[in-house]
Parts: sequence; C-alpha cells; structure tokens
Amino acid sequence: MNRTAAPLEKSTASPTPQSPNFIQILFNGFVDLIDRLMAPLQNLLGVQRMAYIFVLPNLLIFGIFIILPMILNLSYAFTGSTQLFPADRPFIGADNFARLFECSNFLDPNTCREDVFWRAVFNSTIFVIVQVSFMVVMALTTALALNRKIMLRAFFRSVFFYPVLLSPVVVALIWKWILQQDGLLNAVIVSLGGTRVPFLLNAEWARVWVILISVWAQMGFFTLILLAGLQAIPSELYEAASMDGASAWASFRNITLPLLMPTMTVVLVLALIRAVQVFDQVVPFTNGGPGTATTYMVQYIYNTGFTNQTREYGIAAAASVLMALILFTLTFAQLRLTRAGQNES
Amino acid sequence: MNTIAQYLTRTRGRTRLSLTDVITYLYLTFGTIVMFGPVLWLVLSSFKSTQQLVRFPPTILPYRQETVTVEGYDTPLDLYAVTMEDGTVRQLAQVRRVGIEAQMIDPTNPEEIIRVNINQRQPIESVVFSFDNYVTGVQQFNFWQYLWNSVVVTALATILTLIVNSMAAFALSKYQFRGRNAIFLVTISTLMIPLSVILIPVFLVITEIGWSNNLIGVIVPGAATPTGVFLLRQYMLTIPDELLDSARIDGASEWRIYLQIILPLARPALAVLAIFSIMWRWNDFLWPLIVLRRSELFTLQVGLNSFQGELQTQWNLILAMTVLTLLPITAVFAFLQKYITTGIATTGMK
Repeated sequence: MNRTAAPLEKSTASPTPQSPNFIQILFNGFVDLIDRLMAPLQNLLGVQRMAYIFVLPNLLIFGIFIILPMILNLSYAFTGSTQLFPADRPFIGADNFARLFECSNFLDPNTCREDVFWRAVFNSTIFVIVQVSFMVVMALTTALALNRKIMLRAFFRSVFFYPVLLSPVVVALIWKWILQQDGLLNAVIVSLGGTRVPFLLNAEWARVWVILISVWAQMGFFTLILLAGLQAIPSELYEAASMDGASAWASFRNITLPLLMPTMTVVLVLALIRAVQVFDQVVPFTNGGPGTATTYMVQYIYNTGFTNQTREYGIAAAASVLMALILFTLTFAQLRLTRAGQNES
Repeated sequence: MNTIAQYLTRTRGRTRLSLTDVITYLYLTFGTIVMFGPVLWLVLSSFKSTQQLVRFPPTILPYRQETVTVEGYDTPLDLYAVTMEDGTVRQLAQVRRVGIEAQMIDPTNPEEIIRVNINQRQPIESVVFSFDNYVTGVQQFNFWQYLWNSVVVTALATILTLIVNSMAAFALSKYQFRGRNAIFLVTISTLMIPLSVILIPVFLVITEIGWSNNLIGVIVPGAATPTGVFLLRQYMLTIPDELLDSARIDGASEWRIYLQIILPLARPALAVLAIFSIMWRWNDFLWPLIVLRRSELFTLQVGLNSFQGELQTQWNLILAMTVLTLLPITAVFAFLQKYITTGIATTGMK
C-alpha cells in the first residue's frame, strides 16, 4: 500500500497528465484483500492443492450446465410422458427410440410414425453433404487467392471474414430482404428479362438459399484457418520445385495439397460438426419452412421439446442422443484422421 | 496514363502481371461484392421511406420526392416535372389524381388547375438519407431495453469468462495435482458437445435453479468456455515456472501470484479471449431464446427475431433495427480485426 501511494503524490504535484492510476491502487487493495481472505485456505491445503480451488468455478459451471444435462438427457430419452421433471416421468425403456424408428419404408418419410423426424434427417443429410463440400471448395479457393502476392491483401482478407462476425439473425434478415418478392435479386432477374422467383416460398429454392447463406456467413472463418495452413508451408519448397522446372499445377498437387492435409482435416470436421447442428440461421430465415423443407435435426428437437402443443421431451431427447452419436463419430474420425496424418509425415 | 497502367500492373516481387494475377483480382473483386454488397444494400435500404421500399425495381440510393407547400393546401404537395403539349417542361405540384389524369397547379400561380396525363409527369426526387426509420424503429422496438440487456449480458459474461477461464488455465498449466489430465480432457471434450444436443435438460436445470427468465441464466452457463481454457492454458505454459518459484520464496501467496504475475503476463491471450467472448455473447441467439421468455428481458438478437415475426411487412423498421444491431460488432471488428484474425488463425476455433 505504501508503494502505491507514491505515484499519487507525484502526479498531484506535477501538472502533466501522468495518470494517478486509481485502478492500480484499487487492484492492489483488492489483491491484498484476497490475499488475507485466502491465506487460511492455502495454509490448510498447501501450495499444490490450491489448484483445485482455481479450477473449481470452471468445473462447477461445466458440471451443472454441461455434464449434468448430458446425464439428464439420457434419462429423458428413456422415460415417457409430457412431464418436465424427471421424477414424474415413468421409465419406458427404448420406446422413444422405437417410435422414432417406426417406419415401414425408411426411404419414404410418409410411412414413418415420426415423419417430421425423418424429413429432418433427410434434409440434414443433404444439407451437410452439399454445404460442407461447397464451402470447403470456396474457402480453399479464396485462401489460395489470398495467399498470392497481391495488393490489398489485408483488405480482401477482412472483407471475406466480415460476415463471420454477423449474428445469425442479422444474416438471415439481410438475405431475406434481398430475396423477397420485390427484392434486389428479383429486380436483377427482371431487368435481365426473367420473371420474379418466390425464393423463400418454393421448397427447392429455400433449401438452396439456406445452404448459400450459411456458406456466405461461415466461409471466412474456414478461409482464415486454411490461409494460416498455407502460410505455414515453407516457401523454399516452392522455390526448389520451380528450379526443377515443376509447373504451378505440379507444385500445387505435390507440395500444397499434401502439406495442407492436416489443416484440411480440421476444417472438414469442424465444418461437418457445424453443419449437423445447423439451426440458428434457419429460424429467423425460413423457420423450417415452407412446410418442412428446411427443417433440420436441431430444429426438430427444438420444435418437439419447446414449441409444439404437446411437449414430447422424451422424443426430443432421444433424437438429440442420436445426434450426439453422430457428432461423437465425427469427432472420433477427426482424431483418427489427424493421428494418421501425423504418423505419415 | 502510362504510369497508371504501370501502377495497376505492379506486383509484389515480380515484374509483370500474369494471367493468374488477373483471375485472382477478378475473383477477389467479385468476392468483395458478394460478401460486402448485401450489408451495404441493407444499410442503403434502411434510409429509404416506406414508399421507396416497395418500389420495384428498387433504386440503389434512397430518394425522396420533393414537395412544396402551397397556400390554400394543408399538406405539402408532391412536385413533378411535367412535359407540356408544346414540349416545354414545367415544375408543377400535384393536387390530386383521378384515374390517369392528374390535377396539377403551378406553385407560383396556385389559382389555375392544369390537367395532365400521368404519363407526362416525372416525380422530382433528390437523394436524402432519412433517419425516420431509425427514430420510429427505436420507439416501437423497445430498442434501448434490448440494447441494455445485450450490453449487460455481453459485459458481465465476458468478465466472468475471463476470471473463471484464467483461473482454470492457471491451475491446469502451473500445478501438478491428481486428476489434472482428466480435468483437462473433460474440458476439451465438451468442445464437441453443442448446446443443441442438451437443450431440454439445460432448460430443466435453468428452471430448477430459478434462472429462467433471468439474465443470469444467460450469463453464467456459457462462462466456462473450453476454447478459453485451452487458449489461456497454451499461453500460460510459456510463462517460466522460475518466476513463480522466486515469487513464492519472496512470500507471495498463490492468489497473489495469479493476480499479480500470471494475469498481467497473460494479457495478450486474455485480450484475444475477451474479443472472442464479446463476439459470441453479442451474437448469441439460441441460449437467450430458450432462457428468456419475457420480452422485456430479450437481448437484441432475440428481440430482432421476434420483431420480424410480428411485423412481417414493416421492412422499413426491421432494416433500421438490423443495422443498429450489427453496428457495434462492426465497430469492434474495424478496430480489432488484427487480433481477431490472428486469434482465430492460431487457435483454429470459434
């Protein structure tokens, strides 16, 4: 405390705006206070075991809001009725799962008892395949372009990254405005001699646009990761290749692609995991419609558990357990792939 | 002219602009239009009046029809440029329109009514950036309340995240204790458990604690971010242990070491996490959507979503409110984009 008083006197004496730094004084006082309060604890536990105290708040939040819900989720999945409290819910075994899988023909959702669930599964499958492949190709193209020696590189990089920062609601509204009947895109189409397209009222178009806007919104993030991967490739390799007379395509195939593979794996799996979970952007954009055209897995879970007339918590939880299984498989695949990649190199 | 061409074709390191460079620039320019154009269109549209917004095809800039106040008429009259029979163009104000005939007057001579075909008149417009949508929107949308909620959530959650995550990272990077690896593994593996998978039980837990319809319910649960713990731990591992040991010899307690040595040294990593946390929290949608049911507690994102549901057709207000919602995060990006991009490139996470 004595030390902190000194700069205060100095600054009041001199007219220069040397900050008295009240924050520093406050902070030091705060440290002293914590020090006093925690001293008995440290005497009791010893230095090394203080780590438990430091890690405790984080673990508590994890435990209460992630681990506990995970366990509860399993309990919901195996119990029935529309009661929210687990104690009120009778155990029904795997009935919820059986109901989800009650289908006379798995390729036709109309024959399933929970037809919306299967529609959501089909929608999600198509979304994941198309969105991830399109996005990875676009992100790689952009990263390659940004990795060249070009002017305004920092500017272009920020431009491609900017949409990542926008919230799902904002992204949805920006595009809804462009795609509406009298919107900018229809104006362009009409001026080129076409007729207006009801983009968000047509099931196929709505699916296409959900994919396009999610690529628009996320691409910059993956571009950035790929760009970091590209920049980590030593330039000597390219110099040596060009000295040996290798063509640009040959050095791309034999240097860039193999050395970028670990980064690509990370990007691919992160993109897959995100695509399986698509939800945030769709709610304000199409809210799953028209009909169920853009209802994906999470939307199904959300609707079943939160917005439908009868709250089928058990069905929703069973569906989310299935989704968790998919996500774990993907994560596990990533670990295996990255490890395999490390062994090779 | 020659120098401009030289300037444009100048490249870094190489002497000539190759075909690949041309394609690269074309691609990047096209990309700039696609990535930034929609946002620009939103901003331009937000300054248009309702009449302008329903106009098809739309104009790029916001226009407003010129009006004139004429004695004897209560409301200002719209001004038109009228092509007369003899080919001259006169500026006339429209009194009323009957079918295809418009009754116009000359503002300088309001007694005489001139009847013209509506095809002969063109509205006189000028570019005006009007803030009317913003003013009305802020009143109708309960904007200040939502903004306040968003700011409270973002600020408190970020502070809490920094404290809780840095404490855990300190323990995980600087101590040897039983269960350390297990705790680290559990922390990292929760990266893979998205909220969407545990929606229902989380809702139950929040309700049981009594945090449903409470901003605390939005702030606390997301504070233990695995990304944050990982990022800070990796950074703290680079702080030499000798520093801690010598502080201990000088009699510093573990809390003093954490507060006065570790935190100041980890400032760069804390800054990156702070920026991340602000981005996450400001844009968060799913969690507040579940926890908050009363509209006076909505954050901007949830408010905006419900606003667009209620007012399907009031695009003028929605556009203005969307711009206000994206403004703060754009400002953060403009000032801190270097930290954001390097932060993401190094951690590879969001």
